[in-house]
Amino acid sequence: MQCQVCKKSPATVHLTQIIENQVKKVDLCEACAKEKGVNDPTGFSLADLLLGLGASQKMEEANTATGAEVVCKHCGFTQADFKKSGRLGCSECYHVFADGLDALLKGMHKGTHHRGKVPPSVRKVVNQEARLAKLEAALKAAIAKEDFETAATLRDEIKQAKKALQSA
Amino acid sequence: MNVQDFLISPGEACKRSGPHDKIVLSSRVRLARNLKGAPFPGHAKKAERVKSLDVLLPAVSGLPQLAPKPFAEPLDKLSAQDKQILVERHLISREHAAKGAGSGLVLNAEESFCIMVNEEDHLRMQALRPGLQLKQAWLALDGLDSALQERVEFAFHTQYGYLTACPTNLGTGIRVSAMLHLPGLVLAEQINQIIQAVNKLGLAVRGLYGEGTEALGNIFQVSNQQTLGESESEIVERLNKVLLQVIEHEENARLSQIEKKPKVLLNHIGRAYGILAHAHSISSKETMNLLSLLRLGVDLNLFADLPKALVDELFLLSQPAHLQLRVPDKLDAEQRDSLRADMLRERLRSVQPPDAGKLGAKAE
Repeated sequence: MQCQVCKKSPATVHLTQIIENQVKKVDLCEACAKEKGVNDPTGFSLADLLLGLGASQKMEEANTATGAEVVCKHCGFTQADFKKSGRLGCSECYHVFADGLDALLKGMHKGTHHRGKVPPSVRKVVNQEARLAKLEAALKAAIAKEDFETAATLRDEIKQAKKALQSA
Repeated sequence: MNVQDFLISPGEACKRSGPHDKIVLSSRVRLARNLKGAPFPGHAKKAERVKSLDVLLPAVSGLPQLAPKPFAEPLDKLSAQDKQILVERHLISREHAAKGAGSGLVLNAEESFCIMVNEEDHLRMQALRPGLQLKQAWLALDGLDSALQERVEFAFHTQYGYLTACPTNLGTGIRVSAMLHLPGLVLAEQINQIIQAVNKLGLAVRGLYGEGTEALGNIFQVSNQQTLGESESEIVERLNKVLLQVIEHEENARLSQIEKKPKVLLNHIGRAYGILAHAHSISSKETMNLLSLLRLGVDLNLFADLPKALVDELFLLSQPAHLQLRVPDKLDAEQRDSLRADMLRERLRSVQPPDAGKLGAKAE
């Protein structure tokens, strides 16, 4: 097994951290483990470590699969910039570098979907989307039951909901 | 307006009190937000940063939550000393203090809100409260954030939530933290166990000035690390629960020290008093560690005429930039140590030594 940082020396330090039943693992060689301060139990967090290596690697793999280096057209940020700083360039970068981002976030956070506060403008859309999904599920159920009368009203409601979403 | 004229004096600032403030010095909630479309400060050119600042500074400073008349200035209007003072007051981060043109600061008169503009993100908004008041701080900041969202549009992604420069802050952009004074756990040598246990819950424990700093004066910062996949109130609630347990452990550690090793405890506190009240040269690190013991002595009712607020004030006044305020000429480290000792002797002159007989006695 190779070290995940330098990819040269064999990995002799194997770290496992369990956060909320999620197991996270990193394999390092001794030199890299020392450099990353793995021996200091107070200042060490696997999430911070993963950000520097596993994460950007995963993104790199996902993004270089297409061959050319990925650049954010909006701000000129590159994959190499991310690897160096661990930060992204602008809000658009999250769309440009989306491939592999989920893998990175999984190692870092409790989930990969936002469950907190939503801006008022978005809340409206989210509510509408939720309503649409509900209507579509009801439509399916109605058709399965061969209740075509209900299905017809639902179909009209869905049409309207879609229109409202588009205008928002 | 000069920021130093705006700030509450250290003496007044330290008189503020809150729940559990024997152990929890302060609570803080921070939200990271970015403008839609504009490059993040770390990747933006100076002109772009100035542009974001020009949008955000008036938008933030006009919020009703910050009335009346907040302090709102670009950082290039502040001297290096001003910024250092703000760091020592825990109002801005060290990273922010290193910034100049293109970054800014908004602070309300109560010092309960402090907003950093163009730190790592366009906005780092903080709500601060004395003692353990995480929920109150979150609710206050939530209100401020909602009001601001009526004026500016933030970068938001339906899956990832609020977008931040660093993926570690993604989603809620929230960092909930409390500053804890844990001399009991340090003396009982249980602190590492506690730190490890807290780490296992996915929370970070750091030193006095945040990331990568030493735990001087037995002061530790506990904060959440994960920001995505959980709601803000869940994060606040989780940290609150953990903190209540740490408080209990600290209280127990103090009690067991009183019971099992009263001499050791009295020796530490008595020596701390002796050195602080009589030294002629003392480093900042030694001062903080001894003031921590003095504060413990106050908590244990060993001092008849030493208010906790004075200890906290001395803690602040011992910091390098606060000391420098007392004299016009630039101090070197040696002069600072001597000036610090003079200040401490002067302020502790009328304080009587600890009364060993009071150890363990309940406060009236």
